[in-house]
Amino acid sequence: MNFDLSEEQQILVDSVAKYVKNDSPVERFRKQRDSERGYELEAWSRMGEMGWLGVAFPEEHGGFGGSFADLALILEQLGRGLVPEPMIASVVLAGGLLSRLGSADQRKAFLDPMIEGRTTLAFAYGERQGRYHLHECATRAERRAAGFAISGEKVWVLNGHAADHIVVVARTSGAQSDAAGLSLFVVDANAQGLTRTRVPTMDGQRCGLLRFENVTVGADRLLGAEGSALAHIEWAIDRGAAAACAEGQGAVQELFERTVAYLKERKQFEVPIGSFQALQHRAADMYAETELCRSSMILAAIEADDDDEEMRKREISTAKLQLGRGGWYVMENAIQLFGGIGVTDEQDEGLFFKRLRVLQALFGDADWHADRFQRLPHFATQD
Amino acid sequence: MDLSYTPEQIAFRSEVRAWIEAAMPLHLKRKAEGPGHYEQAEVMEWHKILYAKGWIAPHWPQDVGGTGWNIAQRHIFGEELVRANAPQLSPFGLGMVGPLLIQYGNDAQKKRFLPKILSGEEVWCQGYSEPNAGSDLASLQLHADKDGDDYILNGQKTWTTNAQYAHWIFVLARTNAGGKKQEGITFILADVRNTPGITVKPFLTTGGTDAFSETWFQNARVPQSNRVGPENGGWTMAKALLGHERTLIGGIAESRRWLRLCKRIAAATAVGSSSLLEDVEFRRRIARLEMRLRSLEMVQLRTLAAAQLGRAPGPESSILKLVGTDVEQEITELCMDGMGHDALGWLDSPPEALPEVERGVASLFNYLRAASIYGGSNEIQRNIIAKQILRLPTA
Repeated sequence: MNFDLSEEQQILVDSVAKYVKNDSPVERFRKQRDSERGYELEAWSRMGEMGWLGVAFPEEHGGFGGSFADLALILEQLGRGLVPEPMIASVVLAGGLLSRLGSADQRKAFLDPMIEGRTTLAFAYGERQGRYHLHECATRAERRAAGFAISGEKVWVLNGHAADHIVVVARTSGAQSDAAGLSLFVVDANAQGLTRTRVPTMDGQRCGLLRFENVTVGADRLLGAEGSALAHIEWAIDRGAAAACAEGQGAVQELFERTVAYLKERKQFEVPIGSFQALQHRAADMYAETELCRSSMILAAIEADDDDEEMRKREISTAKLQLGRGGWYVMENAIQLFGGIGVTDEQDEGLFFKRLRVLQALFGDADWHADRFQRLPHFATQD
Repeated sequence: MDLSYTPEQIAFRSEVRAWIEAAMPLHLKRKAEGPGHYEQAEVMEWHKILYAKGWIAPHWPQDVGGTGWNIAQRHIFGEELVRANAPQLSPFGLGMVGPLLIQYGNDAQKKRFLPKILSGEEVWCQGYSEPNAGSDLASLQLHADKDGDDYILNGQKTWTTNAQYAHWIFVLARTNAGGKKQEGITFILADVRNTPGITVKPFLTTGGTDAFSETWFQNARVPQSNRVGPENGGWTMAKALLGHERTLIGGIAESRRWLRLCKRIAAATAVGSSSLLEDVEFRRRIARLEMRLRSLEMVQLRTLAAAQLGRAPGPESSILKLVGTDVEQEITELCMDGMGHDALGWLDSPPEALPEVERGVASLFNYLRAASIYGGSNEIQRNIIAKQILRLPTA
């Protein structure tokens, strides 16, 4: 049992941290808030060159054969600088599904160029009526002579506004709420019948509202087996949740450290406000929550690669709950301790606060994960 | 980073589980069905069983009686003890003064004391707090005055947990009244039962048990050879020992027990034709606490893994105490909530009124109010984090 980073991991963390410090401090994100895309293709291709996009994919899929934990370490560092490029949408969600289920041809067409930083991907799964239930799917794919015709609507699709290729969940059989009958398809962004609306989000990023009206795809665009995608979707969204915990951890850690520095520097009543016990105790509780987040995040990142589905769900739900409760405690108190300037847009604190709130709402919130945890078979065994 | 268990470790778990199953006497197993409140004699009975097996002090170095296990094995062993709800051993010898003597004691002291801590022949208690020295421990007044080869001890210690069962006490005593108060404190070992002038008086807690005692010293004569470390150098050791204590008294392993107890209570609690363990809202409440405990267990593992690499428990062990005791209290509160009107019951409620699984829960719930107070109150833990980790300025 060893929690220390390997030498390779330490090198990776150092290089990402250096990138954030020198090339992607929060100011770069600030500029992107006003852009149409919300991030820069140049930065994306550089991430491809540096090998970050392929870290967790097997070598035979064009990756570097690393673990999800390696990817989590990258995300944690990117979270410290609010780096807006679509790592979770492109690498974790859609990329993960293409690597897991894709044929050699599909990987060559859609995964390879993404790993190289030439394209970006999105995963369109959520629907209005679904909340966090992944089996809820009114979008249908009807059989056509040459393949399938997809019709339906997907909401809050991360990078859905800008992706080159979109992995979409559509029902090939069954009723709207059935667990069986879900299939995955890869759709081109410029496919006829696909309308994409750019949707600005609270954290200054963008996502897509996607409408499919008889979008026709060939049979070669079916990803994995027809009708049995649910377990894979759950797998991808779990990894999305673990990734959100990793990025969120970076944001929590960064804002916590900034808060402690501010407590030492800001003076009122002629003394640093960090000398007041009421504030010290709050800072101590924030420290405890930050460490709890980090511990649960590490375990979740490691379990994201576990073939044991129940273990994976247990640890990822645990980390997502801790991020949503403990991580949030840090954010709320950081704003409080910064005082009035914490609620100005000019200061960075509010940007971290908003980003964490968005991460909280993605891939199941704290309540949803607590509920899923109590439904896992082990829960009642009392062990 | 690698947290997976090897086939050897999985085999080790089976070995430990099978051994506990075979070694635990039937009357202890029956107690394990309930909240797991064991009498002192039962705790010592289990102590001696572990000692005979050679598994009494996994966290000690192997050359002085440890098992030579790595961190994963120790963790597995701990998990299996919790799973079996085996008696919890007293921490004062094995967890506190033992490691302290290993680090700071001279050879004669190690030879004299360590074997009997391991065997359980000698039970220890802690003489730290005084009526006027609680959170401000360094202001302690019990004084040790030199007289020939001895110290003469005068004063009073309080919250001396289990002193009524103890053979020995480790005492923080004032040996210099001038100067900085931290610099006049000496660490002394005293024979509770054979030293004239030492008196122990247990008192009842709100939990209905006499877990704590007061201990008086009236001209108690103790040889200077019982001093550990240099004269007036006790504070450093006291702090080191509190570091060890904080890794233990977060009650994290215990919380795992109370959590299982909570589910057992819920399963046994009828709600109409169903049970409370079928109630989704109650299940979610358990789940939230179980998940928080899980995160905390990971913090503890990280601390232990660091210790394995030779790093001493630092101030970050304060988190274990701070959050651990909070979780411990919350879980026992949830047990009480789960009991519904059975929560009216007390230790002496007749069995036909109060089911066995619930007996002692109210006592535990009351007793554990002390958890956020003992071992340095949680407010003191926050002070430690603020000053020693975050380096926030002093007022």
